[in-house]
Amino acid sequence: MDTMLNASGLVANGRRVWRRVVESARLCCGVPDYDNYVRHLKEEHPERPVPDYATFFRERQDARYRGGSGTRCC
Amino acid sequence: MKGGIAKLAWAALALLGAVCFAVLALRRGESINALWIVTAAVAIYLVAFRFYGRFIASRVLEVDATRATPAFAHNDGLDFVPTNRHVLFGHHFAAIAGAGPLVGPVLAAQMGYLPGTLWLIVGVVLAGAVQDFMVLVISSRRDGRSLGDLVREEMGQAPGTIALIGAFLIMIIILAVLAMIVVKALAESPWGMFTVIATIPIAIFMGIYMRLIRPGRIAEISIVGFILLLTAIWFGGEVAVHPTWGPAFTFSATEITWMLVGYGFIAAVLPVWLLLAPRDYLSTFLKIGTIFALAIGILIVMPELRMPALTQFTDGSGPVWKGGMFPFLFITIACGAVSGFHALISSGTTPKLLANETHAPYIGYGGMLMESFVAIMAMVAASIIDPGVYFAMNSPAAIVGTDAASVAATVSSWGFVVTPDILTATAADIGENSILSRAGGAPTLAVGIAQILHSILPGEGTMAFWYHFAILFEALFILTAVDAGTRAGRFMLQDLLGNFVPALKRTEAWGPNLIATAGCVGLWGWFLYQGVTDPLGGINMLWPLFGIANQMLAGIALMLCTVVLFKMKRDRYAWVSIVPTVWLLICTTAAGWIKLFDPNPSVGFLAQANRYRNAISAEELIPPSMDFGAMQQVMISNYVNAGLTAVFMFVVFAVLFYSIKAIRKARSVGDRTDRETAYVALQPHEVNV
Repeated sequence: MDTMLNASGLVANGRRVWRRVVESARLCCGVPDYDNYVRHLKEEHPERPVPDYATFFRERQDARYRGGSGTRCC
Repeated sequence: MKGGIAKLAWAALALLGAVCFAVLALRRGESINALWIVTAAVAIYLVAFRFYGRFIASRVLEVDATRATPAFAHNDGLDFVPTNRHVLFGHHFAAIAGAGPLVGPVLAAQMGYLPGTLWLIVGVVLAGAVQDFMVLVISSRRDGRSLGDLVREEMGQAPGTIALIGAFLIMIIILAVLAMIVVKALAESPWGMFTVIATIPIAIFMGIYMRLIRPGRIAEISIVGFILLLTAIWFGGEVAVHPTWGPAFTFSATEITWMLVGYGFIAAVLPVWLLLAPRDYLSTFLKIGTIFALAIGILIVMPELRMPALTQFTDGSGPVWKGGMFPFLFITIACGAVSGFHALISSGTTPKLLANETHAPYIGYGGMLMESFVAIMAMVAASIIDPGVYFAMNSPAAIVGTDAASVAATVSSWGFVVTPDILTATAADIGENSILSRAGGAPTLAVGIAQILHSILPGEGTMAFWYHFAILFEALFILTAVDAGTRAGRFMLQDLLGNFVPALKRTEAWGPNLIATAGCVGLWGWFLYQGVTDPLGGINMLWPLFGIANQMLAGIALMLCTVVLFKMKRDRYAWVSIVPTVWLLICTTAAGWIKLFDPNPSVGFLAQANRYRNAISAEELIPPSMDFGAMQQVMISNYVNAGLTAVFMFVVFAVLFYSIKAIRKARSVGDRTDRETAYVALQPHEVNV
């Protein structure tokens, strides 16, 4: 019983870590978490249309290199 | 009881660091394992983070777990998002890590591994990490505003504008020096050239896929892109030995310079999704992956350091770069110990994503410790290769000669015994025609990385593969930085020029866009071109200029931190930022002064310019210049470099003047005068994110 619980716990843990890894990798490319954005829009601005992931991604891609934020380090 | 055990563990860790440090410092004349350096560094980083980092957080800045960060106050799901601290750590580290921490230690290794290693460890703990962390907190308490805005708000309009102009010039120098590293790595190397050119169609394919075919699927196309890259590296080896294609991809340094300038212009005006963004993603993942691979490689291979702890070049006569340990060691090792550019990141995207102020030490201080660790690994990579090979690779041809026999003879006469056979065999191992005089850091580092990776995954011909993998990894993120930097520089230039000609401010219009882009590319292209064509110039001319500029920017950021501490009425803790500020100002002004006025022409810009001017008027040719036109050019570039150094010194002294003024004013009043945004409490459920 215990081992089963542990196993499912491990899987859940692994999933959570993997989600964080994906989130980090996307953020390194300047793309924040999409699900979080959708949740934010629904909670705070229900009147605004929710963009699909493709639109969201394109907007973020353009925003990353718009003046100022393009400074990359040495 | 539990606290007691923890205290014991920390004490043991501190002792371990001290012992490793002592071994490093005291053992001479016998080779030492790289693990001593790595262990000393990691132990000291952990202790510094736990005690000094936490001291700055709780006592000096009084970070407040209940204070709403901009991510909560302005949460928009896009730029301002409360982010998990580990995720944000990754983002911040990916943004600050670049070519600087890799190249600086390689160049500094000419004095032996010890001076550079000591400064990397001490510098990061007392200066670099302090700067990154403090700027992050200061910016976070001001809605995540940028460094220029912060200087303007806390010190006034004039120093704000001066700092902005300084930042623009520093950016130009950085772009030139980065491009120079690529030129030095790719000149006369058909294999390297082919793989780097191949990244362009690969990136465009990825860009189209991500934008139009399956939008936003970064992971799958990055894996495809990575496989294509490896294929390109393998295929590059075939191209290099091909009788027609090999010579077709062989270019001189000057040709590559012109190609880079043209490329920089085109890449900066193309839509970002087509070339810049996909290559940016690929280079980010490759960078992080290679850093991990290198760390694991060093732990598995446990290589011996073959470079002595100290060489005779600590006296300033070294062939790689001229100048004594003080101040030039502290200028050469730029980013791994302290980097002004990080202040731009710490006041850029990171503070807008910070979920809680208590995460700031981990991200700001910890992120910089990680960067310093990367620099330590670069120092290890440079020190495990045969010192004779190191000096053959990094000394200019004017000093050591151009063929293997004379280079081996010269380098051996310095006490680093090497035979011509070893030099040609090393070149053959890595699949290049020659390894001589490839200063710039990247090729040396690539040889070190290739040796480490080759020890883990040995095999016939794999050394050459790993060498070109390492070259590609550096070229890729350098070119990305050049693209993105040119774009950012264009916006800065439009902003600056727009003050005089308002029409130029329109960033969407094609005319001003092209003019500003051409201006930006022209500026860094000019420095690159003069560095490549000047027989005595190149990396040993541009790198000190870059180091001075970068450390001066750090000085400006730390002066801002000091002003803010006084304005917050935390005078008794102001030494935390004053100590590194004073040290950086001493180093940079001493270096700037020497670079300007030293009578030795190989060190002082003005002495060199005057030497050429006198020779031209006396109609004497100074070899290796072929004609007076070339000498004219050397003279002009030395005057320009002198002018630029003077401007940097003016910028830093101007900011110092305004800082002192602001501090005196702050001390004359009884209340806090800093411009922190008003305290807003986090909701209870927002505290634990």
